[in-house]
Amino acid sequence: MIPLSHFLILGAIIFSLGVFGALTRRNAIAILMSIELMLNAVNLNFIAFARYLPRTLLQGQVFAIFVITVAAAEAAVGLAIVLGLYRNFKTVNVDEINLMKW
Amino acid sequence: MPVKLGIFYFLAAFTVWAAAVVVLGKNIVRAAVALIFSFCGMAALYVLLDAEFLAAVQVLIYVGGITILLLFAIMLTSRISAKTARVINDQAFLSGIAVVGLVVGLIYVSTSGIAAISGPPRLPETAPFLGRALLTTYALPFEVVSVLLLAAMVGAIILARKE
Repeated sequence: MIPLSHFLILGAIIFSLGVFGALTRRNAIAILMSIELMLNAVNLNFIAFARYLPRTLLQGQVFAIFVITVAAAEAAVGLAIVLGLYRNFKTVNVDEINLMKW
Repeated sequence: MPVKLGIFYFLAAFTVWAAAVVVLGKNIVRAAVALIFSFCGMAALYVLLDAEFLAAVQVLIYVGGITILLLFAIMLTSRISAKTARVINDQAFLSGIAVVGLVVGLIYVSTSGIAAISGPPRLPETAPFLGRALLTTYALPFEVVSVLLLAAMVGAIILARKE
């Protein structure tokens, strides 16, 4: 059987990649994609724990369903905001959108 | 047993490679396609963890829904032909240091204490159990999350409308 730590390490690597993308990408859509990666890594951890903990009631999988739902809502609203930004600024690069920065 | 481990390593390498292309790739469309591969690899890992229902949901919602939505947004905003020289902002070095620290810490935590847990040999079928749990124990969160989804839908329509 695959040890639990393998899944946790994989989740950690993918989560960190997502963090790096969210911190460094200039394109707002790429930032949203990085956030989706992070949510996926968290889901992997939830499901791994639901599989490995003894006498589990599958709380991890139930929570993963809620995470997926919130991720879908986040993507819809986020992309609507990106489209609104593009309409007003003609760019989606977040470091060029500094209207509210001093 | 080693076959399962080999499958895991293959899927893990595939998923990490796809995620790296998403995060570091220059071309945004290519990043979106790599995101599809990453989600598919993740769904296969869910099957490996006896979560068949969530694997199907992953493919339906992430691959079929969210990625298509992202591709639509990419096509509507960025000029694909104009390859921007810089895809990464000025904080890349600092973020790299922080992320390396983060991954080292997370791997340390993952391998130190909780590594010894080994679950039941195989979970029973999860889909009937999940359905029952969502409509009994988790009925209130289920309703709240459906209201959230409705609100997000209305909000997205209002935000994306012309006027």
